[in-house]
Amino acid sequence: MADTLLEVKNLKKYFKSPTGVVHAVDDVSFTINRGETLGIVGESGCGKTTIGKTVIRLLEPTSGEVLFEGQNIYDMNKAEMHKLRKKVQIIFQDPFSSLNPRRTVFDTIAEPLRYHKIIPNATKGDIEARVLEMMKTVGLAERLINAYPHELDGGRRQRIGIARALAVEPKFIVCDEPVSALDVSIQAQILNLLKELQEERNLTFVFVTHNLAVVNYFSDNIVVMYLGMVVEKAPSAELFDHPLHPYTRALLSAILVPEVGANQKRVPLRGELSSPIDPPNECRFAKRCGYYCEACDNGIPPLIEVSRDHFVACHRVASPDSKLD
Amino acid sequence: MENEIIGSSSAIKDDTDVVLDIRDLVVHYELEQETVEAVNGVSLRLKKGQTLGLVGETGAGKTSTCLSVLNLVQTPPGVIKSGTVKVCGQNVLEMTSKQLEKIRGKDVSMIFQDPMTALNPVMTVGDQIAESIKYHEGLSDKECIQKAIDMLELVGIQGVRSVEYPHQFSGGMKQRVVIAIALACSPKILLADEPTSALDVTIQAQVLDMIQDLREKMGMALLLVTHDLGVVAKICDTVAIMYAGKIVEYGTLEEVFNTPKHPYTKGLFNSLPNIRHREEKLKPIPGLMPDPTALPEGCAFAPRCAYAAQACGRKFGIHSFGGTHTALCARYEEPDFDIDFARGGESNG
Repeated sequence: MADTLLEVKNLKKYFKSPTGVVHAVDDVSFTINRGETLGIVGESGCGKTTIGKTVIRLLEPTSGEVLFEGQNIYDMNKAEMHKLRKKVQIIFQDPFSSLNPRRTVFDTIAEPLRYHKIIPNATKGDIEARVLEMMKTVGLAERLINAYPHELDGGRRQRIGIARALAVEPKFIVCDEPVSALDVSIQAQILNLLKELQEERNLTFVFVTHNLAVVNYFSDNIVVMYLGMVVEKAPSAELFDHPLHPYTRALLSAILVPEVGANQKRVPLRGELSSPIDPPNECRFAKRCGYYCEACDNGIPPLIEVSRDHFVACHRVASPDSKLD
Repeated sequence: MENEIIGSSSAIKDDTDVVLDIRDLVVHYELEQETVEAVNGVSLRLKKGQTLGLVGETGAGKTSTCLSVLNLVQTPPGVIKSGTVKVCGQNVLEMTSKQLEKIRGKDVSMIFQDPMTALNPVMTVGDQIAESIKYHEGLSDKECIQKAIDMLELVGIQGVRSVEYPHQFSGGMKQRVVIAIALACSPKILLADEPTSALDVTIQAQVLDMIQDLREKMGMALLLVTHDLGVVAKICDTVAIMYAGKIVEYGTLEEVFNTPKHPYTKGLFNSLPNIRHREEKLKPIPGLMPDPTALPEGCAFAPRCAYAAQACGRKFGIHSFGGTHTALCARYEEPDFDIDFARGGESNG
């Protein structure tokens, strides 16, 4: 029996806007086992960041449950939430705006240590020792302890963000596009660092990204989102080898491989993302789908398990007599 | 030795085909306290119909090189210290602003990285496209608007939307508008500075297909600045890899992608997760880009390079591998030197 750390059940997050209700996250469910990584993939506006924030209660959901170690985090009171914050952390996308420009590296990493009283009766020396230890863990030189964010490059700033998140020794970390603002050579450094830390500390990650190559490298399971809904969910190797949903196929074929002659075939996608405001009761991808048929207007397709652990939400894949080529 | 012209060998026989000729370009940004050495002796040639991918990471000097072609480097603090940039035979660095206005948008156009800020928010997209047509082609207002509408349709936007403002378009659509503006006067050279990095993958694919299509139709030369080797593999026929203001490797797409010669190029390939071999561990380039205000005497990549040797600390020239393939690496002066490069998966046997 797998050891479930986090279970998300029918999570919905709607935002009111002057023109209607934005269905940012619409009935999303998944589970994550301890020590594993779940990749959430999709394009801008698909709700992936909102999920990341809602599962750690940085946003209150419209409805649904998130069970962390069996307990619904939305039922927790203030004291319980305070305890939870020590176990769940987030690494933000943009290391340029997620750090306080007026705080030194020391201030930023020391704050969660002090707030959560990680070291009982800590003296300034204890805190400093721990900050230095965290800096070493993420590969920041000791001499940078009094540096301000503006003095550092993107890769180093992201390392501060990681050190800050790790300082409280969390079990679960939401990584929201942690490398997309970085150069490729630095990206690889940070990805390797996160992977090493995960193995060392048995961390559980939700990895939110638009970069399929990165998510393939990093995740055990992958959830593909389109306009607030899960369209496909499967173990990584299975998803890359046997993508079923037309949107997943289009996404995979849009990856540009850095090899000569590798980027010829492509599943064409018509048009662009439609509006998430008051979406109609039909497959949200239908308008852009190359496999569209009349059946696709008949309500939102349910997520069906087509093979072991492989779920897909598509009327055409689900119907037995119409196979996609 | 740095005066050697990259790409000057057999590939370009006929000089009349050369539309862009950059030689020994040096661009510095002179600040109060320090001097940022952004571009340090870049020579490039682009002939009619050619697509060149200029690849490098943040701070490599790609954008400064690109801006020099239009003489748009902001002065101060930017100073073009030396070099020539010839567009269709004329040196743009010696032109008056009147002369520059004549070639910008007409002979050379540029697509900027961020479509959200490249457009004027208080002007309709139709007027923005018509602006350069009016300036360069001297047509009547009515004809200009009609041509603007034609351009919009060419990039896949309905003509009726010409009266809308940029905020009414999505990111991918805005980039199409930017492309329509750039192509309105059928330029001979198109400079594209990271044209798709602000866009989603499926939209990126659409926009790249479109750029490729239109480039072929109009026979333009394309200088594509990017950090994404996948984009280069898709639409370029020639590649220049840039590091710390110098071109460290140059060649055809096949030469550079199949047999990379510079250790930095190899490092870039190894930093990318391989989509087909997910088990493979990434091999990042250790360390960081050098400080552009204090570049070392010899090879700027040496501190991060696994192949660094004593020879790398002094000045050295470009090494040619036959064909158009060249690399700026001192180790190739040793007769038997080569880097071992195997594409993901193959290295495991």
